Amino acid sequence: MEEISLNSKKIAEYLNEGKRFDNRKPEEFRELSIETGVSLNAEGSARVKLGNTDVIVGVKLATAEPYADSPNKGNFMVSAELSPMSSSRFESGPPKFPVIEFGRVLDRGLRESGFINWEALCIKPGERVWTVFVDIYTINDDGNLMDAAGIGAIAAMKTAKLPAYDEETKKIDYKNPTENPLPLNNVTPIAITAYKIGNKILVDPTREEQDAATARVTIGSSDGIISSVQKGEETPMTPEEMGEAFDLADKAYKEVFKNLEKQIK
Amino acid sequence: MTDRQIVIPGEIIAENTEALPGENTIKTEGKIIAQKYGLAEISDKLIKVIALSGAYVPRRGNTIIGEVENVLFNGWLIDFGGAEKGFLSLMEVPMYVNKDGLEEVMKIGDMLTAKIWNINKRGTDLSIKSRGLGKIEGGIIVKINPNKVPRVIGKEGSMVNLIKEKTGCNLTVGQNGFVHIKADSLEKELLAKQAVLFIEKNSMNNGLTEDINKWFEENKQ
Amino acid sequence: MTEFKRMDGRKLTEMRPVAAQVGIIPNADGSAMFKSGKTIAYAAVYGPKEHHPRNQRNPKKGTLRCRYNMISFSVNDRIRPGPSRRSTEISKITEWALAPALMLENFPGMVIDVHINIIQADAGTRCAGINAAAMALAHAGLPMNDMISSVSAGKLDKTLVIDLDKAEEDFEEGEGPTDIPVSMTHSGKVTHLQLDGKINKEELKEAINMAKDACEEIYKIQKEALKNVGKLIEGDKK
Repeated sequence: MEEISLNSKKIAEYLNEGKRFDNRKPEEFRELSIETGVSLNAEGSARVKLGNTDVIVGVKLATAEPYADSPNKGNFMVSAELSPMSSSRFESGPPKFPVIEFGRVLDRGLRESGFINWEALCIKPGERVWTVFVDIYTINDDGNLMDAAGIGAIAAMKTAKLPAYDEETKKIDYKNPTENPLPLNNVTPIAITAYKIGNKILVDPTREEQDAATARVTIGSSDGIISSVQKGEETPMTPEEMGEAFDLADKAYKEVFKNLEKQIK
Repeated sequence: MTDRQIVIPGEIIAENTEALPGENTIKTEGKIIAQKYGLAEISDKLIKVIALSGAYVPRRGNTIIGEVENVLFNGWLIDFGGAEKGFLSLMEVPMYVNKDGLEEVMKIGDMLTAKIWNINKRGTDLSIKSRGLGKIEGGIIVKINPNKVPRVIGKEGSMVNLIKEKTGCNLTVGQNGFVHIKADSLEKELLAKQAVLFIEKNSMNNGLTEDINKWFEENKQ
Repeated sequence: MTEFKRMDGRKLTEMRPVAAQVGIIPNADGSAMFKSGKTIAYAAVYGPKEHHPRNQRNPKKGTLRCRYNMISFSVNDRIRPGPSRRSTEISKITEWALAPALMLENFPGMVIDVHINIIQADAGTRCAGINAAAMALAHAGLPMNDMISSVSAGKLDKTLVIDLDKAEEDFEEGEGPTDIPVSMTHSGKVTHLQLDGKINKEELKEAINMAKDACEEIYKIQKEALKNVGKLIEGDKK
């Protein structure tokens, strides 16, 4: 009795009148709280709560050889776990498509936006570069894990500090972080996912609202420049609906951005 | 009866006592020990622990709200949120159902109110023969902690009747923690939903009736 | 003979500051956090519920299924996500530590899932996990005959101590460190005991006694946390 179809129908009907069960507007996000420095062995970390949705994100740095086609650029990898502790719907086991998509969509949003200063992650061209690992774990699923995780990734990366690296021994001293922040550029790539319920579009659904949705589109953008998009699920969307999704995501971006700036010091 | 206090498993509620060990307790060497996390109710004759949490335990006679999980050749398999599934035989339905007509009566995903008429090793048997039972159409469903259901219903239905009166809704409370709310407007249904959740959250308060009345004053449009 | 000085100045039988909070994951049937010094463990319980896969069901009693996992950034050197031989072993040890307190005969054929995630690690992670899981199981309303508390006793060179932190685990002088995680019911029965290091049997008996006292202190925090769901309970600061 996970998804209650009676409620899904009601949610769609109500949304047709532009209303949501918790009185939010279609472009409105729930109360957002961001706490950084929550896991101290990580180089950067953040805990994000969006209503009852709760995720934790950590940044770890390691060194490696660069890829052959980008000898003076650092590496980047985003992984996610839809942890079984966060919902009875998630199972333990090897990653399946939903969680793989989760990680890859967020990865693209962060990667394509120019957020990371790739060249500044180079230690010795052709030989050694920093690899940035962003790992996401869900703590409680009440809908919209994707966007919450994306906000967490930004917060964790913006507050991350490079560990000390000894060029001679090629060893990283994790116990002694430097004051050097992770080299980032001045963009804030926030992923906002718009969901289609009936013929209407909304953002930041609760779990119940997400169950009522038939399609979704995640838009990664920074200051109006869209750098990644992914439409998911089987139901098609009209170009008008797509346009509405972009508009809603843009409105939501502005609010989330303000909130992020305020909460990350 | 003294004030109720929260006890944890293994906690000694009373020592050197003549009282009998009630629900969720065990007595050894004159001591009554809690075997569940809950509220200890202590009287001279009986000490028991009222569970605050934990899965719904199906009991004969209970009214439950569930969902059709599968349509079989002779009835419907019903999921009512617990670990066990229930079975509604086509003999336990108030109208005649043709062997090929089960899907028309109820299909997968439909919700219903049913009564548990028998529990045995094979499973839980349901019936929708009595009044007020059957397929649910419209309205919304709220899920609460099954242990809080008595508070939502109230003494002889006093609490659920109060909600009905103040919100203009029809409410059916399943012992398994599912509540069906139906009215002629979604606003009324959402108000009743908030009221149910308020009662669930404040179920341990002593002045709950006063609290809910105050809440209605503050929240009614 | 001067008393052995611990690196962080603690007395020999002094635990690191502890904290606990019950009810941190709304979706779970029961949940709790347990913190010991810098080690933080989260536990979530789902169940009792239908046991899948069917062929693993026990028709006589319920199954307790624990999954212990260290999140990738909980330690200095990132852990590749996914189960490891170590986490698989600790998961089983955790089941054995907790199962005696549960009355599994009440749930034949069903399963109780316990998910433990270590958010930040500074040694004593399996003990913190067991402490969190015990609270979460009670919070989930499962019938239990007692609480379980867990702590690591140990030896640094020749001195017996309670609650080793990571720096102490890495201690190399003299006879080196001996790490002894112990879990007990509140009534004093040992449900879990492991050891690695060098110790004689008299010292080991003494270490178990020391662990019993420490478990009593942990029990108080677990009880307080369960009686105040949603509130962060912190142990006495010394």
